[in-house]
Amino acid sequence: MSAPLLELRDVAKGFPVRDALGRRRGAVRAVDGVSLIVPKGSVLAIVGESGCGKSTLGRLALRLIEADQGQILFEGEDLRGLSARALRARRRDMQLIFQDPFASLDPRMTVEQAVAEPLRLHGIVPRAQEAQRVAELLSRVGLRPELARRWPHEFSGGQRQRIAIARALASEPKLIIGDEPVSALDVSVQAQVVNLLQDLIRELGLTFVLISHDLGVVRHIADRVAVMYLGRIVEEGPTAQVFGAPRHPYTRALLAAVPGQGHAHAPLLEGDIPSPINPPSGCRFRTRCPYAQPLCAEQVPPMEGTSHLAACHFQQNLPPALVGQDAETGGERLRRLQAYFTDQTQKQGELA
Amino acid sequence: MSTPVLELARVTVEFPTDRGRLRPVDGVSFSVEAGKTLAVVGESGCGKSVTALAIMGLLPQGGEVGGGIRLAGEELLALTPDQRRARRGGEMAMVFQEPMTSLNPAFTAGEQVAEALRLHQGLSPDAAFAKAIEMFRRVRIPEPERRARSYPHQLSGGMRQRVMIAMALACRPRLLIADEPTTALDVTVQAQILALIDEMKRETGTAVVLITHDLGVVRDHADEVVVMYAGRIAERAKAADLFANPQHPYTIGLLGAVPRLEGGAARLASIEGTVPDLMNPPPGCRFAPRCPFAIAQCAEQPPLAEVTPGHQAACWRAPLDTLLEQAA
Repeated sequence: MSAPLLELRDVAKGFPVRDALGRRRGAVRAVDGVSLIVPKGSVLAIVGESGCGKSTLGRLALRLIEADQGQILFEGEDLRGLSARALRARRRDMQLIFQDPFASLDPRMTVEQAVAEPLRLHGIVPRAQEAQRVAELLSRVGLRPELARRWPHEFSGGQRQRIAIARALASEPKLIIGDEPVSALDVSVQAQVVNLLQDLIRELGLTFVLISHDLGVVRHIADRVAVMYLGRIVEEGPTAQVFGAPRHPYTRALLAAVPGQGHAHAPLLEGDIPSPINPPSGCRFRTRCPYAQPLCAEQVPPMEGTSHLAACHFQQNLPPALVGQDAETGGERLRRLQAYFTDQTQKQGELA
Repeated sequence: MSTPVLELARVTVEFPTDRGRLRPVDGVSFSVEAGKTLAVVGESGCGKSVTALAIMGLLPQGGEVGGGIRLAGEELLALTPDQRRARRGGEMAMVFQEPMTSLNPAFTAGEQVAEALRLHQGLSPDAAFAKAIEMFRRVRIPEPERRARSYPHQLSGGMRQRVMIAMALACRPRLLIADEPTTALDVTVQAQILALIDEMKRETGTAVVLITHDLGVVRDHADEVVVMYAGRIAERAKAADLFANPQHPYTIGLLGAVPRLEGGAARLASIEGTVPDLMNPPPGCRFAPRCPFAIAQCAEQPPLAEVTPGHQAACWRAPLDTLLEQAA
């Protein structure tokens, strides 16, 4: 394994909670003691349901919001120790792609201006070569360079997300964090953008952190997965292992709840996620956990394991996990028919 | 066979616009029987939600519906607006994607469910509120007495959607239309809500039209499926048959575009291009510009024709199996 590009050590962030009169009523520990390692050239997915802290974690990692404690090491250098100027220079190496391509592009900038902005900001190419570089970036993300003079509103959601990706690639970053980058897209367009992201990761050697609630997409592109629940990581490991042999009861419940596996599969998790203002003591999942014991209320379970880790006191004693698996479809016939779609893409070239 | 609860016959919806007439729904026919779930699946702009609103009689101003929509044999399009309003809530109910926008923030959850019962079943205010609490218990809202006195903002998203389902089913409607009922919810809560709709359907015999973009949801919860593309039905089949033996190229592409939970595929089968502009749809089959199987004949509109018994596809090239034989 190569040296980590990004490493988080015991990072925490709380947000004050105020009542209707603006009085402080305590704090939400949105991220509570998270440690993670992202090796260079790898894809790490952070999964979890709303409010688990996954988006906050992504912003902390880029120092878009300030952590309360912990270290954020980028190529071994703690970002929290950098001056504003040094951080700005560092930002060239790390980019964020957002979920909503309708909100993340300035409607008053043409595509060319939007993609050229980071080029100019970081002095990446001389002005004279700007237009050419923009054209290269656009064709890199599967858009015809002639579209550079158009405005964001002239594009569909999928095309806008391609523009946002081109803009993120402009500064030649080492790390890209995608916060639900394909969640707002329709299935067929989502598949196009997922394929594009995979190609870019492979061809440019990008390190990618995918923040997502979509377990299918995560399974498809991530090397490793971290599962978050109420601000903490409860399980982390190689994607195939976490999906094939989940060790934390929450991961198991999450996988079982994915629709499309047939009726018999899902033992339902009861209730909603508890309020993060007053999280349960000990293991935070214990209030919904079918295997909870008195110990779970008393002690926070540590992350145990070597490459595949889980934070559960009873992970050795759980019944065997049901493996997340979609019900079988169409078989060989369908696979062969679907191959026509892939062949056509190759024949037409990739420009949309 | 008994009369279907809902029957759509060549339904079209048109809106006048500055650029001409827009037809988001173009000749849609299907039917649903009591106690069954029909899923309408498709991507944004395919016309699935407009179809739902046309059935409910809730289209935005200017929307014109053609064809026939029959509820338990009664032609809804022949009714006056007042008559249609009387059917809504009592005979047919709808659950929307975002419960916060369909609940009134100024009234408690219990009051809103009770109102439906007073209007449609003529219950007294006290009896209606008691029945509302009973409905809350049946949709497994914890502490129903307390929740019935809560305002919508005090409830979580999953709880609000349970309130909407309690409201929709309080009057035992013949038909429930659920338009992306779980899209805004987390996956563990989604599983609970969909199980609840299934359970209620079994108990009351309500016919369910489930509108969704999620093929996984369709697989687990539908008896029959209609796949829509650009305002038209591309394929219609029993759910098991659709997944085992999809016939329309669009369905085949869609199934390949969803990443699978057990992994395996190196690359997703993506459908290139985008959905056509409905102001200016391509002639003939609307999927043809994106279809790897398209031929010259596709410039004419293919009829929705039976490929195998009970399984229909609107494709000149169906069944595609002969292509596979030729390729082999």
